[in-house]
Amino acid sequence: MEKPFAITLQVESSLANHTGSWRVERPQYVNLMPPCNNACPAGENVQKWLYTAEDGSYEEAWRALIVENPFPAIMGRVCYHPCQTVCSRGQLDEAVGINSVERFLGDLAIEKGWSIPVTAPSTGFKVLIIGAGPTGLSAAYHLRRMGHAVTIRDAADVAGGMMRFGIPKYRLPRNILNAEIARIEDMGVRFQLNHKVDNVQDAIDDGFDAVFLAVGAQIGKRAYIPAGEAARILDAVNVLHDVADGEAPLLGRKVVVYGGGNTAIDVARTAKRLGADEAMIVYRRTREKAPANDTEIQEAIEEGVLMKWLSTVKHADAGVLKIERMELDDKGFPQPTGEFEDLEADSLVLALGQEVDLSLVNNLPDVEVRDGVVHVDPNMMTGRAGIFAGGDMVPAERTVTTGVGHGKKAARNIDAWLRKEKFEKEPIPRVVEYSDLNPWYYTDAPHAVRPRLEGVRRASNFDEVVQGLDESTALYEARRCMSCGNCFECDNCFGVCPDNAVIKLGPGKGFEFNLDYCKGCGICVSECPSGSIIMIPEKS
Amino acid sequence: MSTTPVKFYQVGSFAVGNRLLPAAAGSVQSDMERTNALTSGHRACQGCGEALGARYAMDAAMRAANDKVIAVNATGCLEVFSTPYPESSWRIAWLHSLFGNAPAVATGVAAALRAKGRTEVRVIGQGGDGATVDIGFGPLSGMFERNDDVLYICYDNEAYMNTGVQRSGATPAAARTATTQAVGPEPGNVFGQGKNVPRIAMAHEIPYVATATVADLRDLEAKVARAMEFRGARYLHVLVPCPLGWGSQSCDTVKIARLATQSGLFPVFEAERGEVVSSTPIRQRVMVEEYLKLQGRYSHLFSPKRRDDVIDRLQAAADRNIKRYNLMPEEAGDL
Amino acid sequence: MFKQVEGSRAVAEAVAACRPEVICAYPISPQTHIVEGLSRIVKEGKLGTCEFVNVESEFAAMSVAIGASATGARTYTATASQGLLYMVEAVYNASGLGLPIVMTVANRAIGAPINIWNDHSDSMSQRDSGWIQIFAETNQEAADLHVQAFRIAEELSLPVMVCMDGFILTHASERVDIPEQEQVDSFLKPYVPRQVLDPDNPVSIGAMVGPEAFTEVRYMAHMKTLSALELIPQVAKDFQEIFQRDSGGLIRGYHSEDAETVVIALGSILGTIKDVIDDQRENGVSIGALGIITYRPFPFDAVREALRNAKRVVIIEKALSVGIGGVVAQDIRHALSGLEIHQYTVIAGLGGRPITKASLSDLFDKAVVDDIRGLTFLDLDQELVDAEMKREAGQS
Repeated sequence: MEKPFAITLQVESSLANHTGSWRVERPQYVNLMPPCNNACPAGENVQKWLYTAEDGSYEEAWRALIVENPFPAIMGRVCYHPCQTVCSRGQLDEAVGINSVERFLGDLAIEKGWSIPVTAPSTGFKVLIIGAGPTGLSAAYHLRRMGHAVTIRDAADVAGGMMRFGIPKYRLPRNILNAEIARIEDMGVRFQLNHKVDNVQDAIDDGFDAVFLAVGAQIGKRAYIPAGEAARILDAVNVLHDVADGEAPLLGRKVVVYGGGNTAIDVARTAKRLGADEAMIVYRRTREKAPANDTEIQEAIEEGVLMKWLSTVKHADAGVLKIERMELDDKGFPQPTGEFEDLEADSLVLALGQEVDLSLVNNLPDVEVRDGVVHVDPNMMTGRAGIFAGGDMVPAERTVTTGVGHGKKAARNIDAWLRKEKFEKEPIPRVVEYSDLNPWYYTDAPHAVRPRLEGVRRASNFDEVVQGLDESTALYEARRCMSCGNCFECDNCFGVCPDNAVIKLGPGKGFEFNLDYCKGCGICVSECPSGSIIMIPEKS
Repeated sequence: MSTTPVKFYQVGSFAVGNRLLPAAAGSVQSDMERTNALTSGHRACQGCGEALGARYAMDAAMRAANDKVIAVNATGCLEVFSTPYPESSWRIAWLHSLFGNAPAVATGVAAALRAKGRTEVRVIGQGGDGATVDIGFGPLSGMFERNDDVLYICYDNEAYMNTGVQRSGATPAAARTATTQAVGPEPGNVFGQGKNVPRIAMAHEIPYVATATVADLRDLEAKVARAMEFRGARYLHVLVPCPLGWGSQSCDTVKIARLATQSGLFPVFEAERGEVVSSTPIRQRVMVEEYLKLQGRYSHLFSPKRRDDVIDRLQAAADRNIKRYNLMPEEAGDL
Repeated sequence: MFKQVEGSRAVAEAVAACRPEVICAYPISPQTHIVEGLSRIVKEGKLGTCEFVNVESEFAAMSVAIGASATGARTYTATASQGLLYMVEAVYNASGLGLPIVMTVANRAIGAPINIWNDHSDSMSQRDSGWIQIFAETNQEAADLHVQAFRIAEELSLPVMVCMDGFILTHASERVDIPEQEQVDSFLKPYVPRQVLDPDNPVSIGAMVGPEAFTEVRYMAHMKTLSALELIPQVAKDFQEIFQRDSGGLIRGYHSEDAETVVIALGSILGTIKDVIDDQRENGVSIGALGIITYRPFPFDAVREALRNAKRVVIIEKALSVGIGGVVAQDIRHALSGLEIHQYTVIAGLGGRPITKASLSDLFDKAVVDDIRGLTFLDLDQELVDAEMKREAGQS
């Protein structure tokens, strides 16, 4: 075609005009810290495994999950999911049911028999872990994946620690617990059960290069309560332990549990299942101030557990307790009122917290003990080189998830120490705030509530109370994730650029900016749903 | 709307794409192989809504017409920033003639194609609000009346931007332009009767009339696709914010278009043969103030003295749209 | 085939024989009969898939023509007077885009005062528009020029305006040899556009061109238009070979080679002029005539050559450039610059005023003895003018 000069132009000849030179700011893709990940005591990359699960790649999602935490099926039942408390979606409609998806993935892994191959070459180092609870098992798992030879010793005849002896099976069925522990055993971790370690020094002398102490807090805290001889006072830890062992402690018709933590709730709910007509929580502060997880409290109430807030037990006698009513002062502390009442009770179970048996470090003078727990440095190492400690043994929140997180952290530090290196945690990116997001793009989608056993029915047996999600609801739930601070390939940037200056690299590969043409208008930043693009000043 | 929107829990109903969506169900703009009818290197201002809207619409038309599209462009920003000698940003067959004749030129193109038996090639006329609402209105009406086989798209940025932001027949009441200055007792544009070209188009009873914005891509694409299912005269009116003329931030272009719809000031609807057949409900209603306050052209309504009287009149216009186009169907009983 | 037909009908049939693909028109006297004729021919299905578009204005008519032509269709329209002025923006655009549109202008005066009758004011107003302008002397030539116009337009990729006197030609019934379809087909090959809107080979037509290249664009348009001066005689020659008659070309002399006085004019008035000249030559007066057929581009060299032997020229103008006088006269003056030839401009026939043999005869009698002013208004009612001017002066 003979094109007339100047008036007729070749198509797309404007590509010669690099409008990027207009720019004073440029967009940049970032990966920020999602609130869920930031809140997870086990350091899970929640956003990543939800993202992976969204397209039905469950095994891949599960494998992404277990990079940080070997117990998705357990977590999906017992974790108090602080991730959901901070979930950004909670500000839009309702938090993503992260915990339920985790359980779905964990259960699916058990069902499918997915195993965890140890691919790291053997390091030749031997590590002893004392305590087969969540902390110790987690440490063992991570150390094993790194190629170390790992031995776990535990005084009990079965592994699991407080996951087995402190958590009733209506919350954590034993087949689940056993399956996830067995998977760790299958990785080549050596379990030495019925093996109480009284002296850590002896263990070191057995030829271990490092030791991790994770014996847990298994001793019920004592509180002095004036009591008559005939009063039946039990310890919560022992009650739960007995039940776990298949014994039924004699609690009577009316049971009072003293305390406001999760253990107290567990005992009260267990008492109902053991046949008590009445189980009552007595706690000196309010429901809002109680350390127990509110979901647990709600479930207990639904099951008929009675709650007596702002009350202390002043005296215990056979069949009767003297209770003093408390009131909160200006600072929120409970203060006695001098008002008393009697309460019928066949037994009083004390659930006032637990303590750690620290006798095993008695003869290690380098290991410093403060306030009933072991003092460790930021790398979780005690005063004695090569001896590390974690979980309930060190100052921390005493939950399974925290223990799992400690296990991972300890493993990484032990690994580094063995290699004569220092473990450097990657810097944490900025945590995403709700204002970083563009919630317009998230279709309203309420939380998929997991089916629960109906209250009355469940209180009478030890069947699992909370049921799992089926695949469609798990998928739905995973897809409610807003992927805070991380690109999830919604194509918005690719679409909204008036200058066609975003290059789509293809599925799973994300996007790049074509800075030859990007004028720096910032629409991509404004319209990014997940806040994964920022503007940075152009270097002049 | 003819297509059922794809519902996604996470995103997808409103975002451009979704990696979980089969490619065939994706938006045109999410397609790596989209036409990019208006490609990089054009000289539109940063954050230009018209550049965005034109690519959205034309890419959708290209997909609907199997790449057989000829576009006729009126004079205006879109023409000037896309084809300054020696560079064109178009990747499609494109003709610019004059400011006021794009609908007629498009008619000529369509007539030639019909004469040549090349009716698989589809014709699109396009222009800004000045070209459409004002100077090209006669030819537009003629094209409608004859039911010529042309889809005409108006990219409405509510003033003559190319010449330096002067008032057009589409400039809203109270808006400041270079010829409706924000001075005197009644600052900004007059409260006239307005010139609602979509409704005028409907009065011609042409097969299809729709409104859309750059804030709802899927809606816009669905309307282009729907429009391309018809033969005869069709009209699409797309609201395209102009950061320069509206005194808004370049990054807010899509947001402002969204607020225009969510306030009710810009009703999004479609009509077939003169009857409204659907409207896009407001998802998150906002008061007009939310829309106005992001724009310098309305700043005189907020300072130095807040003009509640004017804001109320604009709110009343939005409320009327909500009722008239049933933009809040769930609350229709309350209005 | 000879037919006794109205000029408009002859043109319609000639245009139809050119197999146009898109015809668009808006009614304006005295062009209406042409497009009415074409409308019927199209409606009867005699032009195959040809589209006849009834538009809402002349501005739209030319715009539709632009779109159709840019899409590769052979495109025709017709207008006159106010209609031509209403489409002016698009007229310039069509030539700027190099679109080979053929348009008939049925010449008519421009208002105010509104006047539907013939003069050349409309076409003359577009002499700088970049269109080729050719003027028909007879209805035969009007028909023939349309056939040639498509060929010229398409070979140069430039629009051509065929000018014919409104009413005098358009509404006059006379014997015309209507171009036969086979002859037209052998003379005018199917249109092969220089550039075309095609989705399979897309281009951007109609760019904005700034100061850096605008002069060059205009210069090239000028050079290309000038090349029509080579092409048009060739086309006329080809036409003669096929149709066996002399039509078109740049200029046409009538006893002009040896005449001392040469009367210059465009269009149908040449017939009357020739009659007067015949009479005067019988009386021994050395007088001839020169018809300008191709007015744009102006055939300076041909005109100068044709008038080389003249002592004086009388330019009969059917248009007035207010404040100047003649329009054609300026071009003639330019063509004859440096030659010792007296030039007299005569404004005649404005708004349909009849130009009679008697008036012309009187005029020529005076002209041959150089007894006229440089600018004359033929048959001006001086008494009326004086009275009106006196009245206006009295009022002020």
